[in-house]
Amino acid sequence: MKSELKSLGLATAAAVALAGGAAGQDTRDTIRIVGSSTVFPFSAAVAEQFGRTSDFPTPVVEATGSGGGLKLFCAGIGVEHPDVANASRRIETSEIERCAGNGVTEIVEVKIGYDGIVLGNARSSDRLAIDIPALWLALAAEVPDPDGAIVANPYATWSEIDPRLPAVAIRVMGPPPTSGTRDAFVELVMEEGCGRFEAVAAIEESDEDRYDRICASIREDGAFVEAGENDNLIVRKLEADPDAFGIFGFSFLDRNKDKIQGSKIGGVDPTFDNIAAGVYPVSRSLYFYVKNAHIGVVPGIREYVAEFTGEDAWGPFGYLADKGLIPLPDADRSAMADRANSAVPLSPRSM
Amino acid sequence: MAGAPTSLHMGAAAQRRLRRRYAREFRFKAVSLGALGLMALFLVGFIGGIVAKGWSGFVTTEIRLDVTYSERHVDAGDPAGGGFRPIVVEALRKVIPEATERDDMRALLGLVSNGGFVAVRDAVAEDPSLVGKAVEIWVPAASDIDMLVKGHVDRGLPEDRRRTDDRTIGFVDRLEAAGDIRATFNWDFFTTGDSREPELAGIGGAVLGSFWMLLVTFLVSFPTGVAAAVFLEEFAPRKKWVDVIEVNINNLAAVPSIVFGLLGLAVFLNVMHLPRSAPVVGGLTLALMTLPTIVIATRAALKGVPPSIREAALGLGASPAQVVSHHVLPLALPRLLTGAIVGMAQALGESAPLLMIGMVAFIVDLPSGPMDAATALPVQIYLWADSPERGFVEKTSAAIVVLLAFLVAMNGVAVYLRQRFEIRW
Repeated sequence: MKSELKSLGLATAAAVALAGGAAGQDTRDTIRIVGSSTVFPFSAAVAEQFGRTSDFPTPVVEATGSGGGLKLFCAGIGVEHPDVANASRRIETSEIERCAGNGVTEIVEVKIGYDGIVLGNARSSDRLAIDIPALWLALAAEVPDPDGAIVANPYATWSEIDPRLPAVAIRVMGPPPTSGTRDAFVELVMEEGCGRFEAVAAIEESDEDRYDRICASIREDGAFVEAGENDNLIVRKLEADPDAFGIFGFSFLDRNKDKIQGSKIGGVDPTFDNIAAGVYPVSRSLYFYVKNAHIGVVPGIREYVAEFTGEDAWGPFGYLADKGLIPLPDADRSAMADRANSAVPLSPRSM
Repeated sequence: MAGAPTSLHMGAAAQRRLRRRYAREFRFKAVSLGALGLMALFLVGFIGGIVAKGWSGFVTTEIRLDVTYSERHVDAGDPAGGGFRPIVVEALRKVIPEATERDDMRALLGLVSNGGFVAVRDAVAEDPSLVGKAVEIWVPAASDIDMLVKGHVDRGLPEDRRRTDDRTIGFVDRLEAAGDIRATFNWDFFTTGDSREPELAGIGGAVLGSFWMLLVTFLVSFPTGVAAAVFLEEFAPRKKWVDVIEVNINNLAAVPSIVFGLLGLAVFLNVMHLPRSAPVVGGLTLALMTLPTIVIATRAALKGVPPSIREAALGLGASPAQVVSHHVLPLALPRLLTGAIVGMAQALGESAPLLMIGMVAFIVDLPSGPMDAATALPVQIYLWADSPERGFVEKTSAAIVVLLAFLVAMNGVAVYLRQRFEIRW
């Protein structure tokens, strides 16, 4: 039995050696991409195509969320840090400063297209047509009453807000606060909607914190249900509950149009063309950021950017459009491609 | 007592009591049986649902192409650099000759998966003598076509609510009638890495990633856990600090796994600078999580060895170390291994700690060792479940079936080891 103990010891030593031997990595030949889970499917599709058609290994794409991704991206220069960060919002000034503080000074910003955020319900019920102020009234935690006082949201059914809306209980399933989709929804719908009410706008001057809170707070009395990060789950729940509505990304509407329909917002349908034309009000831009210092150090970054900004990928008939990415207008696309491929970094003034 | 007819155990009152006791007995058994039945129902519902959705994930749709590698499209000097889209269109037009318009061409190209063009290219790249010749190749169909052929598309819906239009459905029906569409077992599902195309996605990469990870987990946690348990059980003095360690180990076993992920991020990535997404980091993190389980199981196994064995060995002159390594440990081994395997099975199903160390990632290339970037089975399931493409629904279920199969196999080995080798005193 002595030999058994000995072999256990050997195995431990081997495992420790294995772990220790790795500590000194100083080169990397695979591109590392981190960031937004909204951009993830597009970035992964480009990575796959890039790996298939080039001699470089397929890049590794991680879904960490926009904020988490930029944090990793800005942590420093060197092969242990990622080369590209995907984001479903623009990089913030504070993040650029954090980057600069860690020596990441030259960052190339590439806007890749748009993502529509859709309010939808099951095909078996009527389609909803609503405008942004009414949607805010339906979902805000506090709303103005007819006398202009701010009260807890009293609306239980859609028709109480506007008699033209259906007389069914307000029940909306949406993403939790940790999600980028939720951030974008708050910015594009909630904050947009609340400013249209005089009673709320008046508060902005007297008490800005309170104004921000009233605008951004989503009701917690059961009318808004946090349904998790998984948009497929929301789609599945909508099918089962015809009276409920859901908030999710356009690609999930596109893939499930046999089962769900998108509501008109401000009179505009959430279609590919309307989002691309910028008519549909609830859409946001998607980005990726490239670390210039890594170009030439990690092989293939330039070629990956070229693949992403090629017409076959992000053009109106490219494979990313098929995945649900709404392309930029033609002129913006070619200008952006030029800037990306010549690696023009963000200057603090351009923010 | 004196033989009175109404004794405690006879008479009407006693009979009533007895009936009540039997009834209570019956109810108790019925409730227990009901609970077991409910569990079985859940299990059958769960597994049944997964298998019903997942079985079609193991089958893939293929299209037969009568490919002619004409010199017009392929250069014999550089066969891989040819234009393969026209070749595919020409092959399909042998069956559907009237498809001549631009939209028809686009629909024809849409039938074949991206992997299909690669297959057509690879065939001639491997064997350049094919240039100028015709061959028959079965290539994977695009995911939308796969879904259509498998009956997941409702043809009764108006055209604008489907992803496949009437033109494409017409083409597919023509090909099917000509016998050019077949369903085959999807072997590639087990050997390839992830893909954003559901028809090309496989779990090979995730299985390998899980394998490398569990190997590291086992190599680290098993010897360490067993050694710690042997010390605590056989050699530790009965002192207060030993009690403190014991309480802490039991507590660690109940710590949520995400906390171990944070620990792994802080120690292995930020301090030791191990590569992100590598199975070695996942394995070390999971080893931390599995350690308490192994320590507790080993201690229980050691406790199960009767003191008389130790005393007899000591009496015959064995040193304490010899007692443990020659007698106690070998006798405890079956139960000990069982505990370790159950711990490994837990580690296999874990995904939360891997999120923190970058294993929730899209990785196409298969990992060839514990230092390569990889993902793990439960993470792959999570990533697919979150994808909008309809084709990933069946892939998700199929991957769950594979994960369940591994778990059943591991737990089966544990049960076998226990029944076969365990000595009952």
